[in-house]
Amino acid sequence: MKKICLSVIGLFCLFLSSFAQQDATYHNQTLQVDEINLVSGYYNQTGDHSAVTGGTGSEKLNDVSNVFDLQLVKWNDRDNKYNLGFELGVDHHTSASQAYVSATGASRNWGLRVYPSVNWSVEKSNGLVLGFGASYSHEYNYTSNSLNFQIGKISKNKNTEINFTGNAFFDRVKLLEPSELRPKTVVTRGITYTTASGNVITSDGESRGPQIPSSPRNTFAGSLTLSQVVTKNFQGALIVDGVAQKGFLSLPFHRVYFNDFDSAKIEKLPDTRYKFPIGVRLNYFLGDHIILRAYYRYYQDSWGITAHTASLEIPVKLSPFFSVSPFYRYYQQTASPYFAPYGQHSVQDAYYTSNYEYSAFSSRYLGVNFKITPKRGVFHIPAFNTLEIRYGRYTQTTGLQANNIALDFKFK
Amino acid sequence: MKKLKWLSPLALFLLLVTGCAPVKEYQKNKINDSEMVLGARKVEKPESNFQSYREGASGANGGKVGGGCGCN
Repeated sequence: MKKICLSVIGLFCLFLSSFAQQDATYHNQTLQVDEINLVSGYYNQTGDHSAVTGGTGSEKLNDVSNVFDLQLVKWNDRDNKYNLGFELGVDHHTSASQAYVSATGASRNWGLRVYPSVNWSVEKSNGLVLGFGASYSHEYNYTSNSLNFQIGKISKNKNTEINFTGNAFFDRVKLLEPSELRPKTVVTRGITYTTASGNVITSDGESRGPQIPSSPRNTFAGSLTLSQVVTKNFQGALIVDGVAQKGFLSLPFHRVYFNDFDSAKIEKLPDTRYKFPIGVRLNYFLGDHIILRAYYRYYQDSWGITAHTASLEIPVKLSPFFSVSPFYRYYQQTASPYFAPYGQHSVQDAYYTSNYEYSAFSSRYLGVNFKITPKRGVFHIPAFNTLEIRYGRYTQTTGLQANNIALDFKFK
Repeated sequence: MKKLKWLSPLALFLLLVTGCAPVKEYQKNKINDSEMVLGARKVEKPESNFQSYREGASGANGGKVGGGCGCN
């Protein structure tokens, strides 16, 4: 009997010490890696309404993307949690329509985009959340710099969270125009340059190399999120955004052909745009193996577009380490009055585009997500925590069709 | 009436959360499941990217609302 009592006391002490160890790990005060994600994606599409060729012509596109995401974490002695995140993304695409920036189809048909970002945040023990971040994105014809901040509050019982995020993007669009629509030689203060080639030639004939001008595009966005745990298996979030854009909002290499079939111009859109999306996300754990992830968004903007988005994803846990999630997303929008198909705009129109992004259409996105989280790590590599594979097929009523596959390699 | 359509997600959300009762930390094993996360997951990033470029609407999903061209 004595032996049993001692064994029970021993086990109890062991149990307590294991908690103490977990506690010490949880409140580690040195900066340590919380999570590393490598997300790779492949996307391809076909369609016949390229905006580069005025709303007609191939939209064939292939894109390969890779994002490296590192999350670091530490606590201080007042139990405040600090998060530091670095991200580096590289995308490479080939596009059939891009070649037709030149009328002969001789332009470069590929592009590379590089986008690093850094974010810092603190979750204080009293529930206050503060954060700051910066990001940069560069591709041949487009550069973007952005700053963001975040302020939030988590309730004492951790069932309610309110969060506000502010973003400012300072972008520049390179005025790379279709070859036949480029302005002819311009003379400014003794310097002669031709925007068609981008070569700057001084009045004494000296070449200064490519100098294609650019134009600013600024975006200011605020996002308010209210998250609520409703029951022990049901939670939701309400997301309200407000976005203001100012500057050059057209794209300089998008052609528009008018109904006189005599003239073509570069698309022209207003230099301001205001967007108001409001979304609600509801997640429900049904029984022990099925989860319902539902999302709905209503969208309206100052360019006359109204849109509805609804999606449902149903993760099914086939085992504690493996889940399969079929998903379906439906999207529908009205047309902007600035849109008309190929050859249907009037030369009297103040604004004009044949970009089908602004047309009336609906789209469907259907696919499946596989998630593997083995106890001993993926391929028995302990740090390789999770592997996710996601495939979806996207179709628009405009005729655009696309396939998207993404992989997330998560290390913890 | 059309102008009030934007209120529908707000009304839906309020209707659902008004019935909520406090949930204790020890009752949150399902709420804390990785599949229950509110917001898009990392693996969804490429698709939210292409959707924002191919469609007129964007935002209210925790993703980007500006920056980047999506020109092609």
